[in-house]
This record gives sequence, C-alpha cells and structure tokens, in this order.
Amino acid sequence: MPHDDTKGLSRRGLLGLAGAGVVGAGLGVGGAFAVNGGGSTSTSNDVASTYPFFGEHQSGIITPAQDRLHFAAFDVNDISRDELIELLRDWSYAAARMTAGQAAGEYGPAGGPYDAPPDDTGEALDLPPGGLTITFGFGPSLFDDRFGLASKRPTALIDLPKFPSDALLPELVGGDICIQACSDDPQVAVHAIRNLSRIAFGRATLRWSQLGFGRTSSTTQAQTTPRNLFGFKDGTANLRAEDTEGVNEHVWAASGDGTAWMAGGSYLVSRKIRMTIETWDRTSLREQETIFGRTKGEGAPLSGGGEFTDPDFEQTGRDDAPLIDDASHVKLAHPDTHGGAQILRRGYNFVDGNDELGRLNAGLFFISFQRDPETQFVPIQLALSRNDLMNEYVRYVGSAIFAVPPGASSSSFIGAGMFDLA
Amino acid sequence: MTALSPRFGYAAAATVAALALTGCVPNNVGTTAASNTITVDSSATDCAVSSTEAPSGNLVFSVTNSGDQVTEFYLLADDGLRIVGEVENIGPGITRDLVVLAQPGEYFTVCKPGMVGEGIGSTPFTVTDSGADLSFSGDIAAQVEAANANYKSYVKDQIENLVVGTEDFAAAYIAGDDDTARALYAPTRVFWERVETVAESFGDLDPRMDLREADLEDGQEWTGWHAIEKDLWPEDAEAGFEAYDQSKREALASQLVADTNTLYANVQDLEFTLDQQTNGAIGLLDEVASGKVTGEEEFWSHTDLWDFQANIDGARVLYDGVRDILVEKDADLAATLDEEFEQLQVLLDAQREGDGFRLYTELSTSEIRAFSDQVNALAEPLSRLTAVLVL
Repeated sequence: MPHDDTKGLSRRGLLGLAGAGVVGAGLGVGGAFAVNGGGSTSTSNDVASTYPFFGEHQSGIITPAQDRLHFAAFDVNDISRDELIELLRDWSYAAARMTAGQAAGEYGPAGGPYDAPPDDTGEALDLPPGGLTITFGFGPSLFDDRFGLASKRPTALIDLPKFPSDALLPELVGGDICIQACSDDPQVAVHAIRNLSRIAFGRATLRWSQLGFGRTSSTTQAQTTPRNLFGFKDGTANLRAEDTEGVNEHVWAASGDGTAWMAGGSYLVSRKIRMTIETWDRTSLREQETIFGRTKGEGAPLSGGGEFTDPDFEQTGRDDAPLIDDASHVKLAHPDTHGGAQILRRGYNFVDGNDELGRLNAGLFFISFQRDPETQFVPIQLALSRNDLMNEYVRYVGSAIFAVPPGASSSSFIGAGMFDLA
Repeated sequence: MTALSPRFGYAAAATVAALALTGCVPNNVGTTAASNTITVDSSATDCAVSSTEAPSGNLVFSVTNSGDQVTEFYLLADDGLRIVGEVENIGPGITRDLVVLAQPGEYFTVCKPGMVGEGIGSTPFTVTDSGADLSFSGDIAAQVEAANANYKSYVKDQIENLVVGTEDFAAAYIAGDDDTARALYAPTRVFWERVETVAESFGDLDPRMDLREADLEDGQEWTGWHAIEKDLWPEDAEAGFEAYDQSKREALASQLVADTNTLYANVQDLEFTLDQQTNGAIGLLDEVASGKVTGEEEFWSHTDLWDFQANIDGARVLYDGVRDILVEKDADLAATLDEEFEQLQVLLDAQREGDGFRLYTELSTSEIRAFSDQVNALAEPLSRLTAVLVL
C-alpha cells in the first residue's frame, strides 16, 4: 500500500468494483502490479517510473508529458453532497493505488472472494505503470446548487465564450468532473479511466472521453518536440517544468488569486480540434510552412535560425513582406502578441476511426493549463479563431474548462478544500 | 456503390501511374536521392555548390543559408539573365529546396544574400544529356500570359453577373417576394462560388458577405448571404427564431448589394500569376471537400450542389486555361485530370433536376460518399499541378 493511512474504498465504491460479496471480507493479497520501482526485465527506466499522486500539486501537469492519454469527462448523478465527497475519496484512493502500479482495489484482478467479480478489471496486470498520472478537475456545472458549492466556484473558472469557427458538438462539451489519465502505455491509461468509471457507477457517469497518442507538447527541456498530425513540431515555445518562475507565474493558482482553496491548483482547457487532413495533405509545402510560420523539417521560424531561435517578426523578404506571415500560427499564438501571456500545453493527437465520408476522424486533442484562462487562453484562442491561416484545415468540435484543484495530502482527498475539509 | 467501384479503381491506378512517370521528388531535407541533389551553401561571401555538373532531369538544389541575411538562389540560363528556377526568402540558418526539371545545357548558379544587387558566387553549371526525354516547347511564356489574361476576364465577368443577380435578389427580398428571392438565391450565388478563392481573398469583405452562422463569435453581427438564407428558409432554425422585420431585411439586402459592388471594384485591377491559378483550382476543390460535400455551406436552403457545381466550374476553367501547357509538360497528368473531372461531372449530372439540382438533404449517404471519394480522386492529382507547371 502506498499510503497506509488511507481508509480504502467506501462501501459504495466497493459495490461498484466487486459487488456486495466483498464487503466485510478479510484482507487479501495486495494485488500489486508487475513493476514498482525497478523491475529486473525492464530495459527502460521510463516504463517503470511512477509519479506521486499526493503532494502540493497534482501530477500530470508539469510532469514530463507521457505518450498516451485517456481523458474522461463525467456528469455527477443525483446524489448528495456527502455522497460526492465519498466519490472523491474513493477516486483518490484508487488513483493513488493505480499510479503507484497497484490494482484499483485491494484484492486485485485475480484474487479476492471467488464468488465476487474482481475489484480490478485486470488489463493492466503485468504492465508497468508507464508513468501513469491521474489528474482531476471540476467543471463550472459542478458549482451549481446541487452540492452547495456555488459559493466555492473559483472566479477564474469562467464559462468559455463562443469562439468564431467553433462547430461544437453538444455531446463533446463540458462536464462536471474531468479525469486526465496519462501513461506511456495506452492500456494503462485506459485501465485507469475504466476502473474509475466503474467505481463511480451510480454516482457519476461518463459524458465523453477521448483517447490520445503521440503527445504533441514537451513539458520538460529533456523532451524532444513532437509532431502533430499536420506533420509539424508543435509547442516548441511551450512552458517547461524547469522554468519554475514561468510555471509559478503562468500555471499555478495562488492564494491571492481570489479563490484560496485553489492555491497550488490550475485551470485546464480542453479543445477537441478536428483536422481535415485530407485537404491539408494537398497543400504545397510553401503554404504549409507559411501557415505555421516554421519550417516543416526542423521547426525553425521562417525568419531564420534553429527550432529554439526566437521568431523575428520584423524580418522581411522579397517585396518587404514579413518572412513570418502576420496570420501564421506562430505569430498569432506567440506571447509577444498577447502581452506575454503563456500557457502550458499538454495535448495529444487522436484518430477516432473515420467518418461517413471515408475521411480519417483525426486531429488534436488540445489541453492547456493556465493560472487564469480569461487572460491567457481566451485571448490566444480568439486571435487564432479570428485570423489563423490554419482555420481552413481545423474545426473545433469539443470544448471544456475545469478547475484543477491542488494536490491532496495522503490523509485527504482531491477537492477536499472546496468542502472546507482540507 | 457497386457500379462505381471499377471507376474508382481505375482512378486510383491512373494516379499512381502519373506519379511514377513524373518522378516525384521528395521534399524532405536530407532525404532526397543523392544522385541528383546538389547542396548549395549561401554564405555572406560565397555561393558554394557541391557540384557544377549534373545529368538532365529532375535536379534538387538544397540551399542552406549560412549567412546572416535573408538570401535567394537562382539557376540562370546561359545568358546569365533568364531565370530557370529560383527559391526566395530563405532565412538565416534555413534550408530550402529548389526542384527543377533541367534540360541539357549551360547554366549559372548564383546567390543573392540581402536580396539586392546582382548576386554573388556566380558559377557556370552544366547539365549533361542523360538521355531522358524532356521534350516540350521551351517557350511557354506566351501561353502563360494568355492564361493569366483569360482568367482575369473570367473573374470580372463572373463578378459582373454577381452584381446584377444580387440586385435582383435584394429587390425581391426587400419587396417581400420570398418565392422569387428563394428562386434567385442559388443561381445567383453560383457567380460567387465559381471564383470563390478570389472573392474571399478580400479579408474584410468575405466575412461580411459569406459568413456562416457557425463561424460567428460572441457579439458579432451576422450579415451577408447566409443571414438572409436563414430568414428565407427558417424551417431548420432553432426554436424561438423570429423572422426579420422590414428594416433588418432592408439593411441586410442593401449592405449585400453595396459589398458586391465593392467586390466588383476590387477585382477590376487584379492580375493573376500562373501559380495563383493552379492553387486557385485546388483551393476550389478544398472548398467543395470541406463545405459542400458535407452540406454545411447552405445549411438552411440545402442548395449545396449548386455551389458544388460552381466550384467545379471555376476549377475547370482554371485547369482548362493551363491545360495546353500541362499537356506539353506532363501529358499523363493531363489525361488523369481530364478523366477525373469528367467522372465528377457524371456524378453531378445525375443529381440535376429542372434548372438546378436536388437538395443536399435528398441525397443518400452513399451518394454523398461517392461525391466525397470522387472529389478526393480529382483533388489529389490536381494538387500536383502547381509543381508541374511552375517548375
């Protein structure tokens, strides 16, 4: 057990996982998974790596971006405030176990009472955690009158405005609670969401969820910049975990920001961006590079230098036209265009099969973390939605915003602060 | 769908053959075949080429700017003046490829850091005869000039028709003659859609004239064709949608007429280049693929197939304008494009009804899918037109 002082699942959580037969049964085998800190057969330290669930901040924000994502948004059922607290306790308990490489419940997938369904679904058995992080967030709708939380709604948790070129599908928008599960192993990430959904049955139900691959941002200096499905490096100028000053200024909410219980937390904006890659692939390299403002190969700004050279928006070419187009992605998203505003991007590529026209249902599941969406995300998105040359090849189909509370102490649970229980 | 399969199979095969015949050269820096790649180092003081001789055919000059000024690279004819190929706007530290189909002969390579003056490092460059058949008439300048002029006339003519049609449409709408306005809507918009890539190039006019409701942002006023479209076809409108009052009708209609006249004035002095035309053709196909095939363009009237046909008409005009040049440079690509245009037209003709087309909402899923597949079959080879013609 990673945290002896945690009490374990509530009776209701156990019901969800293992049925009534388990309740009151004696302690079984721990159900720990294959590797927890140094498996002998591992060839990479990464696959065995774990990140702490408890702590000052939640993991999965400035944690080095893992390769895979399963993101889920839940609607809370018609339950009481106390039942919501119990759900968050249960989720915290199971999340702490799974991120430590253990089964969701005490018995694990292959143990426990023979006449009860296992308290873990089992597909992560024998798999290393692959740096699994599980990050919780609360949507604006959680702060209505159902749970007595209206007065606790963070001031920074705004309702996102309608952006031009939004083509949102209602079933892909919003949610009371989000869970972001990231791991280098897709099956481990799916396992986390699956078991957390199971624990919540009867208390919260899936509203929408999204699988992602090929992280499209690097969040530490050691990571190379990955590519999006347009084939370009994405997020070169992203905030990095090592930039403590930048992270404190742009990512972490502070107690003086207006909502004390959010101190050490952040705000997550997710946007499902469908890319019409078929038409994109028919555009010339010239146009593609003009749209991004960077070279496709190295990712250098068209004004010159290498990938990490600052773009020079004043640099002109033939006919005194700027080498980096004013409506290019790099220009419109650049902090200089927004009074220094920066965001921590942590998005993933997706391909959800294909649509009815035989086109890949592909794109970018954009995730950003910021201290104040109103002054960071919104102006950047507005500039992009209005003018980005890329808009011809993207459409925004999903959108959500969540308050990501600070990390919990090992004796508490995620979100305790908004119930004054921290 | 079964009946369509053989044709799609043929289309795919034709595309592959064309690709192979024209020897498509990958653009990835560092991955081009070494045999025909010449590296060029454009520094502050020199224009160093890795080789001064190459066999005729596709040549790749991979130009790296090692200086600190924006540079350009030219391949000049033996008179040292006529430009055979060029690559411009190479920022410091950036590498960019110039791909040319080079005939045997004598040339010069030269760099122009700072983009002024006569350039530096002028070096004789010899293209030897590889035996490859590259025969096409050397002087296509006159054909290109004619194509540019013809397209200019076409654009002006379409917008002129748009002005007249819009005035009639606006008059009927203001007069409350909704049946006439509805009848004029799609046939008038055809003039816009045929030259859509030109019409929408005026960044201030396009959102005023052709914005869809989905593209609005909070607080933005909605004007133009589609705002009126919703009022004329309110069947699919949200609950609580109210028909526009007379003053709103007059305001929308008169602004549309005024904006169309501004557009007319704007296109009078436009000049077109060859690559603008070829890119315009692919742009029109993209419009079809992203807006018309999906039924999103005419969300209220469902007259998407009128726009579809008009986009294709416009692309066809652009293609026909350069087809003679293409036949000389790449007859196989021309044959493929002829075939794919024709197949798409067959599909469109099958949906004709009276003077127009069936509504998008009357199409079956498989009919829509067939359109989408054929648009891809046409657009993919069409997207290679610029590189083939402008090389």
